[in-house]
Amino acid sequence: MPTVKSLEDLQKIRAEALKKREIKTAPGSIQIVVGMGTPGIAAGARDTLKEILAIIEEKHLTNITVRQTGNIGLDSWEPIVQVIKGADAPVTYGKVNPFAARRIMDEHVQGGKVVAEYVVPA
Amino acid sequence: MREIVLHLLDLAENSVSAGAGTIRIGICEDLDADRLTVSLADDGCGMDPETVRKVADPFYTGRTTRNVGLGIPLLKEAAETANGGMTIHSQPGAGTTIQISFQHSHIDRMPLGNLAETFRELSVAHPEVHWIDRYTARKDGAERTFEFDDQPVKEILADVPLTHPDVLAFLRETLEQGLGEAQSILEPASLQEK
Repeated sequence: MPTVKSLEDLQKIRAEALKKREIKTAPGSIQIVVGMGTPGIAAGARDTLKEILAIIEEKHLTNITVRQTGNIGLDSWEPIVQVIKGADAPVTYGKVNPFAARRIMDEHVQGGKVVAEYVVPA
Repeated sequence: MREIVLHLLDLAENSVSAGAGTIRIGICEDLDADRLTVSLADDGCGMDPETVRKVADPFYTGRTTRNVGLGIPLLKEAAETANGGMTIHSQPGAGTTIQISFQHSHIDRMPLGNLAETFRELSVAHPEVHWIDRYTARKDGAERTFEFDDQPVKEILADVPLTHPDVLAFLRETLEQGLGEAQSILEPASLQEK
C-alpha cells in the first residue's frame, strides 16, 4: 500500500499541477488512444504504450491523456495509435512500433505536424 | 504472447469491455507449493453458462457481448502445458472471475513479465475503472504481499490526469518499490539484503 507520505507527495503534485494549470480540462489537451485488443497486444502494442508513457515522463509533457481501447477492427495495421488534438479530426496511425511512437510524439504531439508515413489510409 | 502480463492485459481488456467498474487482479508466486496463480475478478456484465463453456473454444468469439477471441484459448493451453489450468466463474449481471495456474518451476511456464509496468498501464489507460492489484510471494514459509488500490490516488488527484508526468513517475516508483520488496523473498538467500 502507498504510505501516508507518498499520498502527501501526490497532494504536492496536484497543487503544483493546478498552479501551472496542467489539468485535463485545459484547452489544447491531447488524447492518445492505443488499441490493446488481442491482435494489438500480439503485434506489440504494449511496447508502444510503454514507450509513449516513457516519453511523457522523460520530456515532462503535460495536457496529455493516454487511453487504451479494445479491438479497433484494423488487425493488419496493429499496433494502432490514434492522436486527437483539441478539436482537430483524429489521426489514426498504423504499425506503430516504439520507434514510430517516438516520431509521432516528437513530430505530431509536440511539433503539430502529422507523420504521414504511418497514417492509416482512409 | 510470450509473457503472462500480456495475457493479463488481454483479460483486463475483456473485463473493461464487459463494463466492469472494479477489477481485482491477484498474482501469487508460491514457491513452497510450486504454483504461480493469476486471477482477475470483475463486476462486469458476466456470461451465461453456455458462453462460459464456449470462451475456451478458439473458433468462438462473442463479439456482440464481449470481445473474447483467441486470447483465452491460447492462455488455457499455455497453462495446461505448464501443469496448470484455467477456471472461469461467471454470472450474468454479477461479473466474471477467471483463475489461471501454472507449475512455477515448469520449463514451459512462460515468464511473468514486468508487473509494475502492467499495473501502471492498466490504471493510467483505463482511469474510469477502479483497479485493485495484489501480489503475493511465498517461500520457505514466509509470505509477503503488496497491494495497490488506485482509488485513493485518484481521489487526491481529482482533475489532474494520471498521465501527468509527475504522477507517472510516482506510480512507477510506488509499484516498483512495493513489488520489489515483496518479490525479494523469492531470491536465493545469498542475494537477499537481510
